Amino acid sequence: MASKDSKDQDPRIAKISSAIRIIPDFPKPGIMFQDITTLLLDTKAFKDTIDLFVERYRDQNISVVAGVEARGFIFGPPIALAIGAKFVPMRKPKKLPEEYSLEYGTDKIEMHVGAVQPGERALVIDDLIATGGTLCAAIKLLERVGVNVVECACVIELPELKGREKLGGKSLFILVEGEGA
Amino acid sequence: MSAYTDQDPRLHGIKTQIRVVPNFPKSGIMFQDITTLLLDPKAFKDTIDLFVERYKGKNISVVAGIEARGFIFGPPIALAIGAKFVPLRKPKKLPGKVISQEYILEYGRDCLEMHVGAVEAGERAIVVDDLIATGGTLGAAMDLLERVGAEVVECACVIELPELKGRERLNGKPLYVLVEYFDI
Repeated sequence: MASKDSKDQDPRIAKISSAIRIIPDFPKPGIMFQDITTLLLDTKAFKDTIDLFVERYRDQNISVVAGVEARGFIFGPPIALAIGAKFVPMRKPKKLPEEYSLEYGTDKIEMHVGAVQPGERALVIDDLIATGGTLCAAIKLLERVGVNVVECACVIELPELKGREKLGGKSLFILVEGEGA
Repeated sequence: MSAYTDQDPRLHGIKTQIRVVPNFPKSGIMFQDITTLLLDPKAFKDTIDLFVERYKGKNISVVAGIEARGFIFGPPIALAIGAKFVPLRKPKKLPGKVISQEYILEYGRDCLEMHVGAVEAGERAIVVDDLIATGGTLGAAMDLLERVGAEVVECACVIELPELKGRERLNGKPLYVLVEYFDI
């Protein structure tokens, strides 16, 4: 799998990239699925993944790490704990008690009312950005309650799917790039 | 075993941060919402620290976490003790070859899956989830690990609902929890 610009490349990235397993034709024919579960089995590579995000964000006054269900729940909390931020899970519909949840749009995502305050600085984390629809919904939900989304952060980007363009101008930080199809 | 009876001073902060939501997901259920705990960085850190202090240095090489709230607590524990994190998921979510374990619910059945090859025979494992109720899901998780020859050392949850007797569905395996909730 391709990695980012090798002249900038942190030496930890190569091992992270090679720890990710590609599964062809999942969930349907033609899709090359980027399986991060093998990364989680490599204790050093998983730690390096978290460290790369923590190093970037620890002095940025981030008080909220929002992680998208379910794989964002794996990467978000360790980052939140290391930088002293809250972790806010962003969930598929009906998983949160209804009177406590806000909902956004066609890519339905829910978050607890009151989890975040206006003016807080937030990151949105997921394992991968493909079309960007989910991240876009997460950003809009956070902004609706007055949060400043500083950046989106993913382990993997599928650049051919141009998800980066759907983030409403928000910046995206990723560790590795993969093939879209 | 419950940490609460040991009265570690951190437990009060943890227990008070858990929000109880009545009648969710259905009437009569008092839902234990851990998301409020995650909004308190100190209480969340203390939660993880309590588990890490218990399991560090015990040769645990696998932390298995049950989808989805087990994914929040399991990885930080795994990272701190130098173990692998193995997600256990509902059917059709894991992309590679899996083994499946069916289990009985109050009404009907459900199924939990694990990737083949994630865990090797002889590895020492713990299973993590946010809460144990009837113990069905944790029991299925243990079965998956034992079927591939791993040794389940303990199950670890933030919350136990003791009245539902989940502890008894763990085939004698020990259970460690931080707080107990009684529906008075």
